[in-house]
Amino acid sequence: MRTFAKYLAPLMFAAATITLAHAEDVAIVGGTVHTMEDGVVIENGVVIISGDQIEAVGGPDTAVPEGYRVIDATGKQVTPGLMSAFTLIGLEEVSLEGATVDHSLSNTFYTAGFEVAKGFNPDTPIIAINRIEGLTRAVIMPGFGVPFNENNNKSIFPGQAGIIHLGGGNDAVINSQAAVVVYPGVGDVGGARGAVLDYLVGALRESKPAAKRRRGSSASGGPGRFAKSPEDKAALAKVVSGEMPLYVLENKASKILQLLELKEEFEDMNLIILGAAEAWIVADELVEAGVPVVIGPTNNLPSSFDSLAATLYNAARLEDAGVEFAIVAGGFSAAHNARLLPQDAGNAVANGLSWQAGLEAITINPAKIFGIDASFGSLTAGKEADVVVWDGDPLEVMTSPDHVFIRGEEIELVSRQTRLRDRYIDLGAEADKPLAYKK
Amino acid sequence: MTRLRGLLLGASALAIMVAAPATFGQEGEGRAAHSSSYKPMASSPTMITNVNIYDGRGGLIEGGSIIMAGGDIVAVGQNLEAEAGMVIIDGDGQWLTPGIIDVHSHFGVYASPQVKAHADGNEITGANTAEVWAEHGVWPQDPGFARAQAAGVTALQILPGSANLIGGRGVTLKNVPARTVQAMKFPGAPHGVKFACGENPKRVYGQKGQSPFTRMGNVAGYRAAWAKATEYKRSWDQYNEKVSAGEDATPPTRDLQMDTLMGVLNGEILIQNHCYRADDMANIIEVSKEFGFKISAFHHAVESYKIADILAENDICSAMWADWWGFKMEALDGIRENAALVHNAGACAVIHSDSGIGIQRLNQEAAKTVADARKAGLDIPLAEAWSWVSYNAAKALGIEDQTGSLEVGKDADVVLWTANPFSVYARADKVFIDGALVYDMNDEATHAVSDFRLGFPGEGDDR
Repeated sequence: MRTFAKYLAPLMFAAATITLAHAEDVAIVGGTVHTMEDGVVIENGVVIISGDQIEAVGGPDTAVPEGYRVIDATGKQVTPGLMSAFTLIGLEEVSLEGATVDHSLSNTFYTAGFEVAKGFNPDTPIIAINRIEGLTRAVIMPGFGVPFNENNNKSIFPGQAGIIHLGGGNDAVINSQAAVVVYPGVGDVGGARGAVLDYLVGALRESKPAAKRRRGSSASGGPGRFAKSPEDKAALAKVVSGEMPLYVLENKASKILQLLELKEEFEDMNLIILGAAEAWIVADELVEAGVPVVIGPTNNLPSSFDSLAATLYNAARLEDAGVEFAIVAGGFSAAHNARLLPQDAGNAVANGLSWQAGLEAITINPAKIFGIDASFGSLTAGKEADVVVWDGDPLEVMTSPDHVFIRGEEIELVSRQTRLRDRYIDLGAEADKPLAYKK
Repeated sequence: MTRLRGLLLGASALAIMVAAPATFGQEGEGRAAHSSSYKPMASSPTMITNVNIYDGRGGLIEGGSIIMAGGDIVAVGQNLEAEAGMVIIDGDGQWLTPGIIDVHSHFGVYASPQVKAHADGNEITGANTAEVWAEHGVWPQDPGFARAQAAGVTALQILPGSANLIGGRGVTLKNVPARTVQAMKFPGAPHGVKFACGENPKRVYGQKGQSPFTRMGNVAGYRAAWAKATEYKRSWDQYNEKVSAGEDATPPTRDLQMDTLMGVLNGEILIQNHCYRADDMANIIEVSKEFGFKISAFHHAVESYKIADILAENDICSAMWADWWGFKMEALDGIRENAALVHNAGACAVIHSDSGIGIQRLNQEAAKTVADARKAGLDIPLAEAWSWVSYNAAKALGIEDQTGSLEVGKDADVVLWTANPFSVYARADKVFIDGALVYDMNDEATHAVSDFRLGFPGEGDDR
């Protein structure tokens, strides 16, 4: 395809303006390039895309190969595609309509073994609505009726998170075993928070691969006291071995500390804390344990007794301490408005976070935390070409993408919402015929 | 000016009592029952110079000044002279606006922390609870009020929730810390009454096997209530006529539910109608024509863009989010340009929050809408867009003669920003309510801390 495109570039260009369905060779020139690689920013930079990959990134002298379509990004900002570490994209169409919701289990044969990505819907308009705002990768989460409400799930293991790209098509799921998620609700531990940790530790212990199991603990395979099924044990075994992270919702500082202590027994385990409203109080301990957090920085109300110290200064304090963190949209709609994460990052910057850290928190950091940074998260030769050209500062509320590439393909900046807008932008057109004929 | 305002307010309060004794009860000594006991905080005559000003009604003044004294705006413009003894604040080329007004908040009735005991916003015991008042559920110690103040919100309407067809009366507050809700009530502001169309009432009652079970049941429910209210009003009108004519008369039996609806028919209480879909809004407009009342605002109104012409024609405000959508079927067709399309059609556009988080950045929500509209070819000046969070909001609440714009004689509800407030990086630097400095980001002494905060983690952070 790459060679084909080179030789037939003019033809491809013509075709691309209609369908934009083919990866082509493109050079984005003249923009301010935020590589997200060691903080390098290139003024008047060049990003060259070939096929589905970034071929080269450099300064104004970088040669543009012949036949490449050139996008003039003068006065614009170029970044990697954005990544949200917390979404429900493709797992629900309408939140309140249960028949369209495929992320939550209750009282069934397995818990941690459930891979939510198996129910991913590639046809949802929610994908286009989010990607035209620059979101190109997303963690998709199990079992979350209402974000950041930790008491609405019966099992502490709602299932496994997946990772998708938003380029469309049937290969959107990059990884269906991205993390085992824990929502420490008190339902299936009897009603007291103190039992959650025992339940979690019990499940991890009885799922350890045989060689690592303590003498006398139950054999792997059959149902355990905590891990309900072989599928659950298999998933948790990967957590113990470090193959899959444990992604735990926890806002309260003292409870975060208890989770960090798990690393003493389960030393290979990769822990990620979600929510983390009070993480700033235990920032030094997070750094020492090497545990990253995923925050919705605008959630600054004491909405529960576990997040009394929630503040807009959380992100800035985490940065000062050296905690690795990702930022997600703080609002309540993790599917429909996952796109709002730059606004959240911008608000963190308004409250003391450095601008660079704000952009890292929605690009390279989530990529690192979820282990896809070898192929995504920075503008680096050899990585997949998720590239966004913004009409201004990407963290600002009045800017938006002019171009979005996902794995080398430029997507049309069209969605169900822009089509509704275009239908109704001139109500006077109804004088001719009903607007339903306007398509 | 303050004195004049006080007289006017007194007069209007008296007028309400004469016209609707059933609504407000007997007049006693001093303050009438249920009225505002708000007293502005102490202030000094203050001039803020060297600022760019969005005046809240579409005007932009570059390099201007404002003078506040006695709680009111005394002067706005360029080349103003300070009087001796005034506090002078150099705005350093930054931006000044009227305070943000949120027409849709549940602070106090769904207070933080969100525990069961704080669910005071939905009286889910009958589809018509027009008799309940949000102010009787507002907990003044909700930590959310201070968060909103630090974000430049100077006034807000607290509404009951949307479970019921008629949820009860809303209350408009000055966003000041206080021990009682009466001490927060915006002087002279009319009550709102919360109506709800569409999915919520029929879901809440339908699942109990009660009416409304469908949208048909919703509209039948409103009409039945209005039919009864019409009779109730007639009996009171007849009584009042007799009293005016000096005849003996026995007052009708008071019905608190009907008092609220009669208040609407008398033009004293403003309808704040939760409604998403265009066709639902159109049906409500028909009901308003049948019974002769005015709808002040549709709230949420995610499909207002589909009927912006009809809304303009009927002089109904739309209170909208910038970009919430899809969480329920009736929100599926939300678009980011909704407010811009409504504004462009000549209708009254308001940006609202319905969220303790969203209320802290209504300026940013307006900004997003303007930016998206620009990409679609509609260029709405930023100065006009500020009206979506100030003057138009005040209009929807019936307080546009007192606040919502920077005009001489109005309440000095003013915010000085650290940057253009349409930027994500702008913070409210100083917030004034009735000319008093209620929040200064750089002065911890001005950061109000609710009782709830004391002794719990997180007491010290203002934002």
